[in-house]
Amino acid sequence: MEKLWLIIKREYLSRVVKKSFILTTLLTPLALALFMVVAGFIMNYQGAEERNVAVIDPTGILGTDSLGLKNEKGLTFEKVTGNVESYKQNEKYDAILELPPMGELMDKKYQVNYYSSEGIMGSGVITRIQNDIEDNIYDYKANAFGFNPDSLSSLSTNVKLERKKLNEDDEEVSTTASVIATGIGGTMGFIMYFAVFLYGMMVMKSVTEEKTNRIVEIMVSSVKPFYLMMGKILGVGLVGLTQVAIWGILIPVMMALAMWIFGMNAQEIQESQNQMAGMEVDAKGIENQVTEIIGEIKSQNWLLIIPLFLVYFLGGYMMYSSLFAAVGSAMGDDVSENQSLTLPITLPVIIAFYIMFAVVQNPNSSLATWSSMVPFFSPIIMPARLAFGPPWWEIVLSVFILVASVIFFIWLSARIYRVGILMYGKKVTFKELGKWLFYKE
Amino acid sequence: MNVLEIKNVHKQYANHKAVNGVSFSVPKGCIFGLLGPNGAGKTSLIRIITGITKADEGEVILDGGKLDARDPANIGYMPEERGLYKKMKVGDHLMYLARLKGMTKIEAANAIDHWLNKFDINSWRKKKVEELSKGMQQKVQFISTVIHKPRVLILDEPFSGLDPINSNLMKDEIFELKSNGTSIILSTHRMEQVEEICEYMVLINQGESVLDGSVTDVKESFKEHLFRIRYKGEMPETLPPSITVTSQKEGEITIQVQNDKDSNDYLESLIRSGLYIQSFEEILPSVNEIFIKVVGETKEKAAV
Repeated sequence: MEKLWLIIKREYLSRVVKKSFILTTLLTPLALALFMVVAGFIMNYQGAEERNVAVIDPTGILGTDSLGLKNEKGLTFEKVTGNVESYKQNEKYDAILELPPMGELMDKKYQVNYYSSEGIMGSGVITRIQNDIEDNIYDYKANAFGFNPDSLSSLSTNVKLERKKLNEDDEEVSTTASVIATGIGGTMGFIMYFAVFLYGMMVMKSVTEEKTNRIVEIMVSSVKPFYLMMGKILGVGLVGLTQVAIWGILIPVMMALAMWIFGMNAQEIQESQNQMAGMEVDAKGIENQVTEIIGEIKSQNWLLIIPLFLVYFLGGYMMYSSLFAAVGSAMGDDVSENQSLTLPITLPVIIAFYIMFAVVQNPNSSLATWSSMVPFFSPIIMPARLAFGPPWWEIVLSVFILVASVIFFIWLSARIYRVGILMYGKKVTFKELGKWLFYKE
Repeated sequence: MNVLEIKNVHKQYANHKAVNGVSFSVPKGCIFGLLGPNGAGKTSLIRIITGITKADEGEVILDGGKLDARDPANIGYMPEERGLYKKMKVGDHLMYLARLKGMTKIEAANAIDHWLNKFDINSWRKKKVEELSKGMQQKVQFISTVIHKPRVLILDEPFSGLDPINSNLMKDEIFELKSNGTSIILSTHRMEQVEEICEYMVLINQGESVLDGSVTDVKESFKEHLFRIRYKGEMPETLPPSITVTSQKEGEITIQVQNDKDSNDYLESLIRSGLYIQSFEEILPSVNEIFIKVVGETKEKAAV
């Protein structure tokens, strides 16, 4: 047991003190925050200069009294009279927006030209101006047809589908809650997928390395191969937990910091995004929505979700990494051959990832239930379902099956591993691996 | 007194019999040569002795059963293919391997100091293994094998890859360990080293031990009663009837006799016959010749 501890310590420390580990662990959150800031900055970038745009609208599409165009950051619209030619030489205006007279009212197409010597409008700005003009034309046409704009607007209705309890003791779930759960579930499933691949591959690579540089023969003359394998799996697993924990703290902190530094807050971003999408949402609505979302996130049963997430993280990681270790022990220097050996392990992970997308859409389907019972899938599927509050018996059964499978696959992998690490120069097939299972010690 | 006894050990891999009833014993405190052609089953046997694998049948008895062969503290093993963690520092690496052999931190630290000073390589302590040359790595490897003072030391091709100076250094270390009471099993292809270093030997071929015993005894049993005589003057016309001349050249003849116990008699009769003898020596077969002979014979048998 003391030797196992020594091995875990070495496997852990040798990775954690590596420059590459420290850099990825610290730089990933930084890069994410930076990406957010840059993306936000670009989306809201309008240019530093203030520009004037002359708007020529003889038919009054944009309203007769006031201009029906909202000023953009850095762009001021001014209604003028006259033709385009008379403003082309005018120093006061950087661009001219010309709305030609409407032809047929039934026409569904309408072209607006704008003249400028350089592209002063980004695609986001153009979309917003187009939307504004469309809204104005809507009113203009309604007026021309003799419709009442108020009764027209009442034609479109906002529909919200809300689930209600069927039986008295059913759990209450709001629609926002299920949207939030989808978000949380998807994130967790994605982290699991990522972790299984990243750290499982790390175990495999390290096993193959030890085999090809022959240190393994010295190691197994001191410790049983089983301890060597377990020490590696547990050591790398702790590295994974360390990294995920650091990211779990650093990423939100960095995000918050990034927003604070650039003087943005979440609401402003949301507003600008809503504007961009052309949605007419009043500030109060957003505020309510945000409080509802935060409330939902807070109301999640984190005391259950986080420990269970850890159980599935460790279970899924241990099962897959032990299989990766077994395959790694059978590998030689032939890269293409190695790939064919890893495929049967990576395939279920990828399938599970795709099932997860279906499951977060429909977390109580029979697909969700059954894939939560299959140990190859459950470490990715179940964390994705946790936020939806699956029935407790499914969780218990799924954890039970997973734990039993972890024990079984570690046993299985150890039997392959002990033979594989000492076997050189043989082309390894799965049939061969099967034979190794039955080798006597 | 034997430090290690191998009794009728068998080991089967899938459809290949790697070790097929090998028995021999290693006397305490000697240097023992484990010989055999490639693929004879040496590595399989060593892995059984070191406890890396188990024998299907048979026994490995360490020090009359007093020691557990599966306890790595008792055995030091340097495999033929050397390997170390390239990114680890020399000092840390030695500490790690020593602790895995069951030494405490303090014991290990003292032993590391001792060996690094002995080889005058204390300055390497903070260097990474990958920064060392191959010969240097070999020294580190050797230290890691002997650091826990094992009762039995198994060295697989310890001289391969070493320059003559380091080769001698290694030889001196082996002799010193032996004089301190360590029993050493040496697996090698280089027969002249067996002759030079080993007192006892076993020859494994096709999974079986084909001959074993002290190196002198083995050579004795293979000798063909040949003597080489260097002389001056004329060769006499007639030699005693029990002497056959097998080869002859200017100033030197090789004779074969029926019974070498009477070598004095032959010498006497040669001197009487008027030959001026400069040297008279028995020709013993080299281990190399014995090896080729025995391994070749079994190959022929297998061919028939």
